Parts: sequence; C-alpha cells; structure tokens
Amino acid sequence: MKKTVFLGALTISGLLAGAAAAATLDDVKARGKLNCGVTTGLTGFSEPDASGRWEGLDAAVCRAVAAAVLSDADAVEFVPLTAKTRFTSLASGEIDMMARVTTWTLSRDTDLKFDFVGINYYDGQGFIVPKALGVTSAKDLDGATVCIQTGTTTELNLADFFRANNISYEPVPVETDDEAAQQYLAGACDTYTTDASGLAATRAGFPTPADHVVLPEIISKEPLGPLVRHGDNDWADIVRWSLNALIAAEEYGVTQANVEDKAASSGTNPEVNRLLGTEGELGAMMGLDKDWAKRAIAASGNYGEIFERNLGVNTPIGLARGLNAQWTNGGLLYSPPFR
Amino acid sequence: MLLSDTRYRSYTFQFIALLCLIAAVAFLARNLMNNLEAAGLNISYSFLNSASGYDINQRPIAYDSQSTHLRAAIVGILNTLIVAVLACVTATFLGVAAGVLRLSNNWIVARLMAIYVEAFRNIPVLIWILIIFSILTMSLPAPNAFRGDDATSSMLFRAFAFTNRGIYTPLPIMGPGGWLVAGVFVASLIGIWLFRKWATKKLFDEGRMIATFWPSVALFFIPALIAFFVLGMPITLDYPALKGFNFQGGLQIRGSLIALWLALSVYTGAFIAENVRAGIQAVSVGQSEAAASLGLRPRRIMNLVVLPQALRVIIPPLVSQYLNITKNSSLAIAVGYMDITGTLGGITLNQTGRAIECVLLLMAFYLVISLSISTVMNLYNNAIKLRER
Repeated sequence: MKKTVFLGALTISGLLAGAAAAATLDDVKARGKLNCGVTTGLTGFSEPDASGRWEGLDAAVCRAVAAAVLSDADAVEFVPLTAKTRFTSLASGEIDMMARVTTWTLSRDTDLKFDFVGINYYDGQGFIVPKALGVTSAKDLDGATVCIQTGTTTELNLADFFRANNISYEPVPVETDDEAAQQYLAGACDTYTTDASGLAATRAGFPTPADHVVLPEIISKEPLGPLVRHGDNDWADIVRWSLNALIAAEEYGVTQANVEDKAASSGTNPEVNRLLGTEGELGAMMGLDKDWAKRAIAASGNYGEIFERNLGVNTPIGLARGLNAQWTNGGLLYSPPFR
Repeated sequence: MLLSDTRYRSYTFQFIALLCLIAAVAFLARNLMNNLEAAGLNISYSFLNSASGYDINQRPIAYDSQSTHLRAAIVGILNTLIVAVLACVTATFLGVAAGVLRLSNNWIVARLMAIYVEAFRNIPVLIWILIIFSILTMSLPAPNAFRGDDATSSMLFRAFAFTNRGIYTPLPIMGPGGWLVAGVFVASLIGIWLFRKWATKKLFDEGRMIATFWPSVALFFIPALIAFFVLGMPITLDYPALKGFNFQGGLQIRGSLIALWLALSVYTGAFIAENVRAGIQAVSVGQSEAAASLGLRPRRIMNLVVLPQALRVIIPPLVSQYLNITKNSSLAIAVGYMDITGTLGGITLNQTGRAIECVLLLMAFYLVISLSISTVMNLYNNAIKLRER
C-alpha cells in the first residue's frame, strides 16, 4: 500500500522538481524559447489557425512577451492546457507564464501561489438558450438542466446564482467547450453557461447562430489575465509591463504600422518616447534593452488591433469592445504610466 | 562458508533489497517534502472541511453547494460504488450467459457469442462509453418533445419516459407500514432459499424429488401481496410528470449513469465470458459424458456437474474483472458522471488546487475498495474451492 502511495508521490514530486528555479528570465533566455500556457482551443483567445499557427488575444500576449525578452515574437512554445491541468503545469515550471482565459481570484493569487500580472479581457458569466425556449431572463431557468465546463470558476458562480435566487437546476458537467456545444445542440441541456465571450465564440460555430440567444444577465465578474508563479517578481514585472505596453500603445496611437517610425526618433509625446525607448532607460530597469516595448507592439500590434483582429465586430465572434475599451472611451483598460 | 549456504545467501540478498527499497522510498518522500517547501506549499487536509461551492446532479445523500468538500467526496464515493455494483452484477450475468452459450451446439448461437466477445473486448471501454452516451443523447428525444397536444414523443405506459437526459421511472414511496411490506418480501426471499436448500437435502438424503418451482413462485408473491393489502396499500408509486424544463418526480436514471453502466457491463462481460468458457472447458469432457450416461439432461449436467467444478477456475480471474470494473469506472468524467474522480479528483482538486492531497486520497480510496473486493472474493473462493481429502 505504502509503495503505491509513494510511487504516486514520486510522479508529483517529479512535476514539482522545477518549481524551485529562481530566475525565470535567465531560464527563458538560456532556452531561447518562451513556454506559454494557452487553452486547448478557444476561438479568439488561443486557437491554432489552418496553418497551425496559434492565434488569438492570449496568444498575442505570449508573442509580445517573447518579442520583448527574446527579440523574436515567434520564439514561443505554446503549451495547450485544460482547465484541470493548467495550475499544476504553471506551478511545476513546465511553462513560464500562462495566458489561458484564467479568472483572477484571491485564492488563486494567494493560496495557489500565483501572481496575476494584469487583465487582458474583462469578462462575465452568461447563459445561452435556444430562442424557441422562450426564456428571456436567467431567473426563468428554475428547474433547467445546465451544461457547465467542470473545473472552472463558472461552476461556483452557477451554484451561487441559483442559490441566491432560490431556484433549482440540474448541472451537467462537461470537459470541453466542444462537448458542451454538442450536448446543448442535442437538447440534453436547456442552457449552456460560460464566460460571455466564450458563449459568443461557441455560438459563432453553431449551424444556425441566429436561433440562439445569450441572456442579458451577467452573473459574475471574470477578469481574465496572464499569470506567473509567485516569487519571481522580476519576471512578473516583465510580463505585466509587456501587457501594459500593448494597452498603452493603443491609448497613444502607436500601431503595428507606425511603431518603427515612432521609435526611430523621439516625438512630441514624452510618454510615447519613454515607452519606445527614445527617452529614458525604462527597459534597463527591468533587465531588458530599450527597444523591448517596440518589439512587443510590433509582434501583433497594440491591444486594439489585436482585439479587432481576433474578437472584434468584424470577426465571426463579433464582440463589441464594451468593458474592454480604453478608459478614455468609457472602458476599463487603463495602463499605469510609463515613467 | 556462509556464502555457500543458500538459505543465508537468499536472506542476505532479500535484506539488501529491502534496504534499497526503504532508501528509495525515503529519498522520494524527502524530495517531495523539500520541493513542496521550496514551492511554498504544505500538505494540509483542512480544505475538506470548507464549503465546496459546487452542485452535483446525482446525490445519493443530501448535498448542496454549502456542504463540505468531504461530503462531496462521499457523494462521489457512493456514485462510484453505485455504478461499480450495478456493472459487476450485469457483467456477471452477461458474461456467464455469453460464456455458456459460446459453447452451445447451436452453430448460430455460438458464432453470435463469439462475435460479441471479439467485438466488445477489442474496443477500448472509453470508446464504448462515448458511443453509448452519444447514441443516448442523439437518438432519444429531449423532454420538450413530450410537451403539448401534438407531442412527438409519449411516455411508455404513462409511467416511463425515455429522454436524452436519462430514463424517468416511477419511484416507490414508503407510507406508514411500507417498510413492513418490504420486510415481508425479504423474509419470503429467505424463505425461498431455505425451502430450496431443504428440498436439496431431501433429495440427497432420501432420494425424494420435491418440486420447487411453483412453491417458490407462490412464496415470492403471496406473502408480500397479502401484507400489502392487509396494511392498506402503504406503498404508492410516484410517477414522473413533465413540469417546467424537465420531468419532475419519479426516479431519474441519468444518461451518464446508463452509458457508463452499459459500457462497463458489455465490455467486462466479454472478458468474463472468456473466463467462463475457459472454466467450463477445464472440466474434462469425460465428466459430462459420465453424467449424460447416467441420464441427466444437458441443463442439469451444466448446473450440477460442470459449473460447480468450473467455478474454481472462474473465480480468481473474475476477481480481477470486478477490480477492473471498479477502476474503469473512473472514466466516468468522460460523460460527466460525478464519481469520486469527478468530485474529489476533479472539481475539488481544481477549486482548491490541492492536487497532491486529493490524488493521495483518491489512491487510498481505490486501494481500499480494490483490496476489499479481493478479500471478499477470496473468502468466497476459499468457500467453494475443491476440498482435498
């Protein structure tokens, strides 16, 4: 009996062996590749395209960090992770950072020993139902069968929402988004619940998207952001400010097309100058060179360009900016100043 | 020389091997502890007492999202046991039937059973689970199809509804005195068993054959029915009825349970069929021929001569098949059946991040269950094995 237990422990200790490694930046540089944890495939956030290249909002964050650190936006090893395996993978050092539609919560930040470095998508949990069902509010779902991806914060929100409204439901746990869509379309569940952006992405893949409607209630806050292991603050800083560079670039009108020009010589906006390294020594403070932000932005454009290309109204997912607009446009995106 | 003493030599080497094993285990344990400490993690089971926060659809005991993680784990354990017991029973019946029929003189029956065995044991059980679940989900109607005046589906006998969310059946509700009726029924089952034992003893002692079939049938029905009507029909049936989104009332056997149960049964049944066939063929043909020459009919030859001897060959591999069923039930998560791997090893592990603690608990649970099954089956094996005189 003991032997079996310890053989299991061996596996786990093997997984944890790398956790003690101190400087992630040195590891990444020595390896020449950034190991970045992403989803196993969620349209708009991280999904391989027809040629096998990972595309999406999360994938772009990985590329920006790789560009800033390694001067090569394609020096990224994308590691697809399920909701279940993601935290073990990051804790064990298998990946250097994770950008995997992961909700920033207190327990993940503290108890699980991770550091969320920012928010790249403000999301919330919603419900999708067939129009034929005639349901107009999530509060009408008393007694409904609800498909839900297991191992996510949505599972807890769902229980809280139904308990708070004193209505009952029957959960049908599923492993992946595809499975949920299959069950939902077969009528094995009345509604499917996940982050509203995910619902939009899933609905875009339905045979007749117009027959399904996302209910107005958003029952939770789901701030999705990249995260790193607790304890390596230098590395956390680099990932945090790479993300901030993308957001600030949109605010100041630095785009993929004009970033080279703007970085060539200092312009009129001192903030842009500091961001792109024509003024000050911000890169050196993080252990990078002065062109780090220029490369991060050149990798796939600023936050707005990335959003429009992967999630925006002109894509099949068709999401409006909403909360994810710049603070100057009534959204929540607000990068701290570069100085 | 001590070294040339085989006994001394073997003990020495065994002792050295044991020391190596202990050293290896100690090294692994220390490594685990060091690494956990370096990562700032500590082994703690206190999360078991905090509220789980998630709901489970199939709840054999009272449970809601405010119950503890420990209770969620217990719900999972019970769900594992439910599907394991159901699958063990059906797989045994299926396996014994298929194994015996595969040796049938009827060419078609024997070939059909051969096809069953080869088809089912050569395709992974996970595939069977998914196939059956997909068929259930895709081919059966949604509860909505039962609604309205021009419903496309209707309930069988107004009592059973077959939907893609599961099968709804009437559920007996125990009124006052209901358990008494159930008690009488159990007592009459024991009565039937005692009666048959007595009849067998009579046959062996006095050579007198007593008809057992009709008395058994009478014992099965009459006392329970008398008790039922005398006590004023205390057991009523709760029929499922379409209400809101789903059928309410009655008993819901979920599609996930059915898929898992059927898949484990037919898959393991195919292995058991081969065990049974091997057991029967291990009994020499001379025995059946001798029995036949005494004038026994084929069915009696099977029941009285062949099977009792075949059982001691069949039981040991049957134990490992039962263990396989229990362990394979952990594939439940593929269809969203909330067994122990789904609750403790799935959602709890995810929400608390206590991977090591949960996995250790899981291993301990499966180990305890498997060892219990082995123990019980070994006791049974000892009871029926051939006693050498």
